[in-house]
Amino acid sequence: MTILVVAEHDNASLKGATLNTVSAAAKLGGDVVILVAGSAAGAAAEAAARVAGVSKVLVADSAVFADQSAENLASQVVEVVKAAGGAISHVLAPATTFGKNVLPRVAAVLDVAQISEIVAVESADTFVRPIYAGNALATVKSADPVKVITVRTTAFEAAGEGGSASVEQIAAVADSGLSRLTGRELTKSARPELGAAKIIVSGGRGLGSSENYHKVLEPLADKLGAALGASRAAVDAGYVPNDYQVGQTGKIVAPQLYLAVGISGAIQHLAGMKDSKVIVAINKDPEAPIFQVADYGLVADLFEAVPQLTSAV
Amino acid sequence: MKILVPVKRVVDYNVKVRVKSDGTGVDIANVKMSMNPFDEIAVEEAVRLKEAGVATEVVAVSCGVGACQETLRTAMAIGADRGILVETDVELQPLAVAKLLKALCDKEQPQVVICGKQAIDDDANQTGQMLSALMGWPQATFASKVAVSAGKATVTREIDGGLETLEIALPAVVTTDLRLNEPRYATLPNIMKAKKKPLETVKPADLGVDVTPRLTTLKVVEPPKRSAGVMVADVAQLVEKLKNEAKVL
Repeated sequence: MTILVVAEHDNASLKGATLNTVSAAAKLGGDVVILVAGSAAGAAAEAAARVAGVSKVLVADSAVFADQSAENLASQVVEVVKAAGGAISHVLAPATTFGKNVLPRVAAVLDVAQISEIVAVESADTFVRPIYAGNALATVKSADPVKVITVRTTAFEAAGEGGSASVEQIAAVADSGLSRLTGRELTKSARPELGAAKIIVSGGRGLGSSENYHKVLEPLADKLGAALGASRAAVDAGYVPNDYQVGQTGKIVAPQLYLAVGISGAIQHLAGMKDSKVIVAINKDPEAPIFQVADYGLVADLFEAVPQLTSAV
Repeated sequence: MKILVPVKRVVDYNVKVRVKSDGTGVDIANVKMSMNPFDEIAVEEAVRLKEAGVATEVVAVSCGVGACQETLRTAMAIGADRGILVETDVELQPLAVAKLLKALCDKEQPQVVICGKQAIDDDANQTGQMLSALMGWPQATFASKVAVSAGKATVTREIDGGLETLEIALPAVVTTDLRLNEPRYATLPNIMKAKKKPLETVKPADLGVDVTPRLTTLKVVEPPKRSAGVMVADVAQLVEKLKNEAKVL
């Protein structure tokens, strides 16, 4: 039984989400093989070979993967599965926008179901996944010959280093010619990534404006070494870009400490952060639903409380 | 140019679902049902493309029980021209829906299919990508901006690190993210008009599609509840608790 993990990477290094996915793969019991499909991705492939518990790294290095298009990546994954002649029992990728984009294509071409965002492995064919914004957990069993799975990264530890897997170059698929990347605007920040941060300072509509969001929350985040997040309301209101959004349809996070500032706590937001170890809510409305999930609640005017907190930590 | 928009009937997003005590699923009896919010955004986008003169016809499709007719009427009240119901009582999973949509795409020959990126009940986020792969078409998922011109679409996508823009050849599948548009409210005259628009019903067998589920749900449980927290009086107490009790600072 071989488990194929599709690496999310930027050619120079592996994204942290790949390491969580390897841990989920290790729970299935079998040889874990990482596929690195990239363009000049030698460094990412070497990093993959050092991940503990990985037996082999397959590298498809070609300009066709420069855009990381779903069409080309999915074709490559399907090729690898077919070339293995039935040896590959599982295909895993992180449930990030990368994995969600690519993996359903793989499942469709292989004519198998995809099991999305698993949070636990019960056995090689049975998995637990949240439904209804995490208000229920379903245990599902797949009867398909290949299990195609995306992994909720916050539910699995990151795999460590210490591996010494062999690296094998494989032929890359041809370009689909259907899609072309014309621009990429990545948010530049010296702060940790939301998905990997130990502390997250998150702001909602209570902040009132983009200016306030930055003026009030950034000093606190800087002092704590925290990532910045936001509720959908704050993103919709234009305070911060879309990639700050925490929630059912944004990022799912589980830091050691989640500070919710001026966030009322809609169920869609709670779905994205309720697995955090410690939740602190600061809101002037004592009835705000966020207090029902907060370990520590403070009913206060955030414009007074947050600066006080910044100077106290 | 024809646009196909699949719409799903789901538990309304304001409803907090309850897990059935026998662990077989969530209780959706007597619960308000609505169109999946992402699908509403998809219908709105298609209708805007028609209003802009880019599209000539918007066809809404729903797969599921007979009551999905209501969802199709809602789509038509927003501005879809007609509806197709693929009626079945079988529990439909994303792969089955993608196959049904493929059969309809083969028949209807749309240039663009606009899907919601995920349904808020099963949170699968699969159908659009699966359809795209089955058709051999390009895809642009999680769209926050869509421009369609002769033979191609330019789509801005919301990705984890920010935004990216793709140029894709048509026909293609686009899936919507939250910030693509704000769907209009259907007005009463449009709701009345929608009742007269054509609605065709077909069965999966008519389309030659096997919709047998591939995944079996063994049980559904409530997630572990967070124990109730404490309210602190002021910032000083909060910092003290975080340092000494929770030990996270």
